[in-house]
Amino acid sequence: MSDEQTFLDALSARGTRRGAEPTWIAARRQAGAARFEALGFPTRRDEAFKYTDVRAIARGDFTLAQDAQDLTPLSPATAAALTLPLEALRLTFVDGIFAPELSDLAALPSGVSVEPLSQALADNHEAVGGALGRLAGVDFSPFTALNTSFAEEGAVIRLAPGTVVEAPILVQFLSRANATPLMSHPRVLIEAGARSQATVIEHQVGEEEAANFSNLVSEVMLERGAILTHYKLQEASLKDLHVSSLHIDQGRDSRFTSFNLNLGGSLVRNDIVAELNAQGAEANYYGLFFAQGRQHVDNHTLVNHNAPHTFSNENYKGILGDRAHGVFNGKVIVRRESQKIEAHQSNANLLLSDRAEIDTKPELEIYADDVKCSHGATTGQLDEEAIFALRARGIDEETARGLLTLAFAGEVMEQVSLDAVAERVERTVAGKLPERFNLAGLVEVAAALDEE
Amino acid sequence: MLEVKDLHVTVEGKEILKGLSLTINPGEVHAIMGPNGAGKSTLSAVIAGKDGYEVTSGTITFEGKDVLEMDIEERACAGLLLGFQYPVEIPGVKNIYLLKAALNAQRAARGEDEMPAPEFMKLVREKIKFMKMDSSFLQRAVNEGFSGGEKKRNEILQMLLLQPKLAMLDEIDSGLDIDAMKVVADGVNSLRDANRAILMVTHYQRLLDHIVPDVVHVLVDGRIVKTGGKDLALELESRGYEWVLEESAA
Repeated sequence: MSDEQTFLDALSARGTRRGAEPTWIAARRQAGAARFEALGFPTRRDEAFKYTDVRAIARGDFTLAQDAQDLTPLSPATAAALTLPLEALRLTFVDGIFAPELSDLAALPSGVSVEPLSQALADNHEAVGGALGRLAGVDFSPFTALNTSFAEEGAVIRLAPGTVVEAPILVQFLSRANATPLMSHPRVLIEAGARSQATVIEHQVGEEEAANFSNLVSEVMLERGAILTHYKLQEASLKDLHVSSLHIDQGRDSRFTSFNLNLGGSLVRNDIVAELNAQGAEANYYGLFFAQGRQHVDNHTLVNHNAPHTFSNENYKGILGDRAHGVFNGKVIVRRESQKIEAHQSNANLLLSDRAEIDTKPELEIYADDVKCSHGATTGQLDEEAIFALRARGIDEETARGLLTLAFAGEVMEQVSLDAVAERVERTVAGKLPERFNLAGLVEVAAALDEE
Repeated sequence: MLEVKDLHVTVEGKEILKGLSLTINPGEVHAIMGPNGAGKSTLSAVIAGKDGYEVTSGTITFEGKDVLEMDIEERACAGLLLGFQYPVEIPGVKNIYLLKAALNAQRAARGEDEMPAPEFMKLVREKIKFMKMDSSFLQRAVNEGFSGGEKKRNEILQMLLLQPKLAMLDEIDSGLDIDAMKVVADGVNSLRDANRAILMVTHYQRLLDHIVPDVVHVLVDGRIVKTGGKDLALELESRGYEWVLEESAA
């Protein structure tokens, strides 16, 4: 049986158990399945997957949590420990299934709706159908097609024009340790009305022994003047497999800021695609990937400058130890008529071991002639002079290296305004280092100083 | 306290120190002077444990322990601290991070608990005020974008906080204007006590007007060729190094 057939069989098995659905949904599932079958899983011969081998996913045998017979419940204490400690509107999914008991939407202000996809469909499926899939069709990648064929659950976030949501909206995807590996294909839809403003966090996290596959597709639509800050904090277990694509459609004067922070997962592939469709639209991409052991993390980003006077800025940092493999592919396309745009891109990588590997590839396709564009990629090691300077003050070598690693990540993290996220990243980056010294304590001292 | 005996050091195959001997007792302030290329900076770098220096023979002991057998950080924790001639910039590591990490590492080495944050902050504020530095320096990355004088003050700030038993200052006066020199000298002088020693390496006598040494050594061509009191520095200033060389050759 082919790798694809395993997934198609799971899909038809699910189809027999799932209740009746509106025809447009059934049609999309079919289209997704057909496209997935035609494309098949990507191989290294596909340019977009040149450095990323997805056989660990393709050859897996994953069960949907909805169909699993042997589910191990996730204890509330575990869920609480995994949850980011911040005041937020919270939607929680455990292996793709909505968990109302771990969600909290009590403080939902007016003008904003945050619902699980199943609820939004039940309420008014036609209102969802117009937007869902508009940016992420089945052609984007075999994984998007697969997601389209399976997707049943996820988050729908809608902001009415002018609505400013103070509290971050946290969508957390928990992955549990289970005897049978599970898969989920969640879908996130964010529609931000004119001049609305919000922060959305997608948080992938799970139990240490979890070994599941998640395949997320998110679509974000920003109307004129909307401002959205999007965090992806990916702290999946070191056995989890994770693929995601994030698609953004930007109207005039809208601003999208992405923090793509990857700390976990054994095999991770993230795609981010922003369409800057009207003048004044601005996209900022900040990324950090920290991988050790044999982790593989691939980030593919794309900005389409479809209109004049649009702006993009990208800064990605990679930190790779042991035999970890990182991929950064940052593409910017400037159309012929998109004059007076600005696009800046930078990717810096830190290799902590001789066997760690980075493939970094900036791709700029510029067809307009009056633009400001820059890009740069660097790869280096820790500064031995700086390590000596720290050791000469009594700091042991491991800690000195940890501090400097943290510092390298710090350049992107300074842009992170959510302390809970910044701290989680800082502690993870420092905490994964040998624990001779409590590096995390340093974060607190700096914070204490700020408060005085 | 510090005993250097017949030290021979080569750098990239070239012998720089050629049998240097030096004894420093607690409470003493020593100055090593000498022309460029004599090996002044090599001595403090070897004592601190910098890579790239090969000790071909001789010994260095500190409070009876073999320094050459100790890791870089062990030396620092034992109380041997080097103030750099060219302090390195460490982007992204805040000064406050460095101070806390260093202090707690040294406390841990002595079997002491971490200093509680409020006590630590109080101590840091006191020292930073003494060095006439703005508290904003604490939140800035170590030495990044600091002027030459600020970098040197920062070195002394670390000394004041870490309270070494032997402070080694490598050309701490280079790049300092007279006001900064006074602040740095005040900092160093505040470290003077009966249980501590200071070893200064300097090219100019000027520094020694502010930090008056007990013992002055003249280092020429990898060896200490003359040792005297503070007056020797003045004599070197007026007469240069040639006469010392001639005298030692005779």
